[in-house]
Amino acid sequence: MQKLRIIVLAKQVPDTRNVGKDAMTPEGTVNRAALPAIFNPEDLNALEQALRLKERFPGSTVHVLTMGPGRAAEVIREALYRGADGGYLLSDRAFAGADTLATSYALATAIKKIGDFDIILGGRQAIDGDTAQVGPQVAQKLGVAQITYAEEIIDVTESRITVRRHIDGGVEVVEGPLPVVITVNGSAAPCRPANAKLVQKYKRAKGRQERTEGEPYAHLYDERPYLNITEWGVADVDGDTAQCGLSGSPTKVKQVENIVFQAKESKTITDSDADIEGLICELLAAHTIG
Amino acid sequence: MANYYKSTPELAYHLHHPLMERICALRERDYRDKEEYDYAPLDFEDAMDSYERVLEIVGELCGEIIAPNAEGVDHDGPSLAEGRVTYAPGTQQNLDATRQAGLMGMAMPRRYGGLNFPIVPYMMAADMVSSADAGFENLWGLQDCAETLYEFGTPEQHERYIPRVCAGETMSMDLTEPDAGSDLQSVMLRATWSEERGCWLLNGVKRFITNGDADIHLVLARSEEGTRDGRGLSMFIYDKRNGGVNVRRIENKMGIKGSPTCELVYKDAPAELCGSRRLGLIKYVMALMNGARLGIAAQSVGLSQRAYDEAVAYARDRRQFGKPIEQFPAVYDMLATIKAKLDASRTLLYETSRYVDIYKALDDIARERTLTPEERAEQKRYSKLADSLTPLAKGMGSEYANQNTYDCIQIHGGSGFMKEYACERIYRDARITSIYEGTTQLQTVAAIRYVTNGFYLEQIRAYEAEQVTDEWLPLKATLAEMSAKYEAAVAKVVESQNQELLDFCARRLVEMATVTIMGHLLVRDANAAPALFARSAKVYVRYAAAEVAKHVAYINNVCADDLADHRATQE
Repeated sequence: MQKLRIIVLAKQVPDTRNVGKDAMTPEGTVNRAALPAIFNPEDLNALEQALRLKERFPGSTVHVLTMGPGRAAEVIREALYRGADGGYLLSDRAFAGADTLATSYALATAIKKIGDFDIILGGRQAIDGDTAQVGPQVAQKLGVAQITYAEEIIDVTESRITVRRHIDGGVEVVEGPLPVVITVNGSAAPCRPANAKLVQKYKRAKGRQERTEGEPYAHLYDERPYLNITEWGVADVDGDTAQCGLSGSPTKVKQVENIVFQAKESKTITDSDADIEGLICELLAAHTIG
Repeated sequence: MANYYKSTPELAYHLHHPLMERICALRERDYRDKEEYDYAPLDFEDAMDSYERVLEIVGELCGEIIAPNAEGVDHDGPSLAEGRVTYAPGTQQNLDATRQAGLMGMAMPRRYGGLNFPIVPYMMAADMVSSADAGFENLWGLQDCAETLYEFGTPEQHERYIPRVCAGETMSMDLTEPDAGSDLQSVMLRATWSEERGCWLLNGVKRFITNGDADIHLVLARSEEGTRDGRGLSMFIYDKRNGGVNVRRIENKMGIKGSPTCELVYKDAPAELCGSRRLGLIKYVMALMNGARLGIAAQSVGLSQRAYDEAVAYARDRRQFGKPIEQFPAVYDMLATIKAKLDASRTLLYETSRYVDIYKALDDIARERTLTPEERAEQKRYSKLADSLTPLAKGMGSEYANQNTYDCIQIHGGSGFMKEYACERIYRDARITSIYEGTTQLQTVAAIRYVTNGFYLEQIRAYEAEQVTDEWLPLKATLAEMSAKYEAAVAKVVESQNQELLDFCARRLVEMATVTIMGHLLVRDANAAPALFARSAKVYVRYAAAEVAKHVAYINNVCADDLADHRATQE
């Protein structure tokens, strides 16, 4: 049985699914302080696929790679709680303000630094940007095949992988070569819960930026190396600063508009059969229902 | 993300009781496991932090998986084919999630793959799981049986069975038979030693067995031919892998429908003895039942919590006569009473759990070394406290769960009678809590000796002596009047020297002791955490004082001669 080296790309995102009234600033940007930071939902689907492979192919390893500020180490801890073996946090001011191009550059550079891999998994897209570009761009930069919208990894052999992917109006089963980049759709199996033993084991795992002077249990970080989450800056991954962060991002946000949906016209529908039938026909025609 | 732990701050309050430091030190043997297990606590603070984090996992599982599945599970139920049970899809999903989260074998030692959690956080998990789906708590909570296996099995049996439970295999306790319900001495399932096969063989029928198709069963059977009472019964372990037990039917129940209640047929089912012969009922099942009763107390608290949550949500949302119905005295009285009974049963549950924790940890230490005289005294004291409070927590807690779920429907009005709202399921689920693991009437039988020997009064006096701020003195005074009335009522019944009158008044006397104890505990909680408990303490003591007055009036109005009016008549 082969041992797979799996890397999961994960992102810490503001929880845009539970938006309160203060979620946007008056300037129209996301008010990150008002939204809890969470593990991007589809990245959790990707992590679940990775953990399933690890169970099917004993001896396989799962590492999480994320880019963000120091507190993004939480994403790595969350993955450790669910069964990942370790993680890497790309964190550097030079990475800040990256669009998808600069992000995929940074991630691809870090992956090269990590070394050989068989499968890279990531969510289809993040709920803050909804671009679905980073996964495919990473594949392109690494020069490997990509499978998008994956729902389930059906089989892995020595050199090939079979994946069921979600397409408009159905599913399709595709086969590709290893190594491969796979982006996972939200319709894939949900991620398993955090495990009680792993939470107790890894609850103090921290990245460099999270460590503080005089913190309790500081001696543990020497005694238990697995509590140190690897943190890399641009220099650590031999990155080209010009291609990172804001300077590596051709995308410029010109304007953000705050749209409030409101009814433009209204129509009174009585409880007569004719009115109700008319409404149903209208809703069917507009594909609102059915 | 719905999280039952975070949305119930009362749990964190009860977790952080001062006695926890002693409990953790005993349970963790001064934190010696940290050298060997990377998930063992380093010290007391670390242990408490771990309990909270794990309870957060349980809370999330309850909010995100178990509660949303509950309606489907209630509808689908388990099914039976060729003698084997298949759980409802939602139940299976719940089980898979709790296994993945590592929540089986929570209270088992780490060397068998458990979390070595004290009973207090374990019961908190049970409290939340029951709130999410009381029927699922029955399956998940049967990990309790591992405790009995651990206490009475051999080290070699521990090695073979407990790791399987910690890895997620389920258990059952096969006690009840068609003619042996409350009266377990009548158990007839036959255990005979087979020289040929070198093991015991079980033959007969068990009925009403929760999760009867479990992987590992604890079975009460008659090993001593010719005996007819409890002293001829022994406890056995049956492993489903060996075959010999089939499920003949699954009962069609009123509530907890997701939990398969099975009739089992044993045909030469191979089994091994657990512990010593003849001690099956009189020692092991009694221990097993005490643990199980605490579990039902937790299940009852969870149901009361859910009843309160559903009732509040509806009463806030539902408008009649131009305002939310929660603003009408008739409705807010019910809401406040539900909350008061909920907080009262919960505080007694965790008080009892702490006592169980201390004596069980000392019991376990006694398996490794001789206890010091001080430790022996501590063990004895807490064991008696636990034994005396467990029937009250189970008895009153389950009655309150029934009352609270009833009132929850009442608050929903006509809508509560429809299947659309969760309250009707919770109401049906609650009904069994005052019946199984010993009816409320049997809890009274277990408790009455502590009424007559003065132990409850002694305990009430100890609670009376606890210091509170001036704000709580009026409630303390009311509670003191209640205990005086209780003392006088006990004296009146005991002085009659009439056993039948004592049995007749027993439940009222036990309830008087219970509500007084619960009142004291709530005042203690209100004193420590007024934001959480001040209202409930006041509402509950007001309610409890009226209950005591009612019981006193009844007891003062009945004498031995009156019993003839009540006795069953022969046609």
